[in-house]
Amino acid sequence: MADADKAAVERTFRQESGRAVATLARLFGDIDIAEEAVQEAFVTATVRWRHAGVPANPGGWIVTTARHKALDRLRREASRHDRQAQAALLHAGSDRAGPEQLPDDRLRLIFTCCHPALSQEAQVALTLRLIAGLETTEIARAFLVPEATMAQRLVRAKHKIRHAGIPYRVPRHPELPSRIPPVLAVVYLVFNEGYTASAGDELVRSELCAEGLRLARLLAALMPGEPEVLGLLALLVLTDAHRPARTRSDGSLVLLAEQDRTKWDRALIDEGHELVRTCLGRNRPGPYQLQAALNAVHTDAAQASETDWGQILALYDQLLALAPTPVVALNRSVAVAEVHGPAEALLLVDRLHLEGYYLFHATRADLLRRLGRREEAAAAYRAALDRTANTAERAFLEGRVEAL
Amino acid sequence: MKQYLLAVHMVEGEAQPSPEEMQQAYKQVDAFNTELQSAGAWVFAGGLHPPATATVVRLRDGKAVTTDGPFAETKEQLGGFWIINAADLDSALELAAKGSAACGAPVEVRPFQEAPE
Repeated sequence: MADADKAAVERTFRQESGRAVATLARLFGDIDIAEEAVQEAFVTATVRWRHAGVPANPGGWIVTTARHKALDRLRREASRHDRQAQAALLHAGSDRAGPEQLPDDRLRLIFTCCHPALSQEAQVALTLRLIAGLETTEIARAFLVPEATMAQRLVRAKHKIRHAGIPYRVPRHPELPSRIPPVLAVVYLVFNEGYTASAGDELVRSELCAEGLRLARLLAALMPGEPEVLGLLALLVLTDAHRPARTRSDGSLVLLAEQDRTKWDRALIDEGHELVRTCLGRNRPGPYQLQAALNAVHTDAAQASETDWGQILALYDQLLALAPTPVVALNRSVAVAEVHGPAEALLLVDRLHLEGYYLFHATRADLLRRLGRREEAAAAYRAALDRTANTAERAFLEGRVEAL
Repeated sequence: MKQYLLAVHMVEGEAQPSPEEMQQAYKQVDAFNTELQSAGAWVFAGGLHPPATATVVRLRDGKAVTTDGPFAETKEQLGGFWIINAADLDSALELAAKGSAACGAPVEVRPFQEAPE
């Protein structure tokens, strides 16, 4: 196959697999059937598109092909008195046809994946696998667990959805608010996985960011009265606004302080600031709204040197009170370093237990470097290098070690 | 339609409810049972005597060997159960919440393997 065609299949897979799995899951009422059929359709695509070329609507082609594959398989199995296959066929035969119904199929599938009867670990893993189309290896790396552990987690979660009868729908209104926080956590992680891919040559996998943003917008349209839903959207919009300035043309990483701020996406920043103002007006703060506000303070400064670090530290104090996690404490230490100096920040960082997290070592390394403790800084940079597979991040860290 | 077991879990050694509280719980469970029946969700239900009344039977070399129970040496033991019909897990969880409120104990929801014909 020509490289261009192969690339087209891979691109379509990443862009369309979530949508296709969600649509098939609605049509057949079963996630395993949906996932297998979509995978088979992509296998067929790699062969067929070599001869016939890439179709005009590759996503639609995948859904149609996957639907035929699932129907064929289920008809064979149903004739052998397989009750699950019979049930799935019955489901597919009921009046649910159509390429995509409102509400969005993916939103429906996200609420299934984020059902409170599943552990949060399972919720996030399922959504990244089924909605974002990530490979199990990539998800395992994002969660710092072995691949086999992640594979088992996914299998168990899918079994529970099927056997416990976790429904495939967007929750109705009275229960909707309690079902939102896990969905927000998952959408945030999907965006982040795109923003800083855990492995590979492409620092920013824009389609995952776009997916996270699209889902956040959809949630905001569905639940405009929820401040944290708007907060998440504001946070993602403002984070995404940095994207054009975040990497150089060779793909290497640019720190926030060194970014060319004229490259920031002005329209996204304006939209984000407007959302933050709406959130502030409601006065029901939450972790996403506070993180969005932090970002708004950063994007208010025309130069890095004009950043209002006092305000940033005050917001981090609020955030740490609401979400007392070691990662928030680590991020807060960066603001502490600006306001009170690197020595005080290092004291805070050294109290955290985040040995598996590369940004813990990278933050420590930077503080040690600023304190002139070069050998310790080099060791910390190497510890960070051991814990990230992202090429752009590795290049950045290697550059820092050389500059010491 | 699926079937679910709603298992009521009792913790041994916890403070026993007063006779009045027991009476109140019985009344509440009765009302809940009636609700299950009128909603068509009822399959079967029952309360169990304490685990000290249990006997375990296992097959050893083809022979049934009987020992004093309970089987699991834990503080948490099955105290009673409902078997219900529900459309999906959300409906089952909604009923389990009502059952838990009625009997004043945690309820574990487990799906049955076969969907009823």
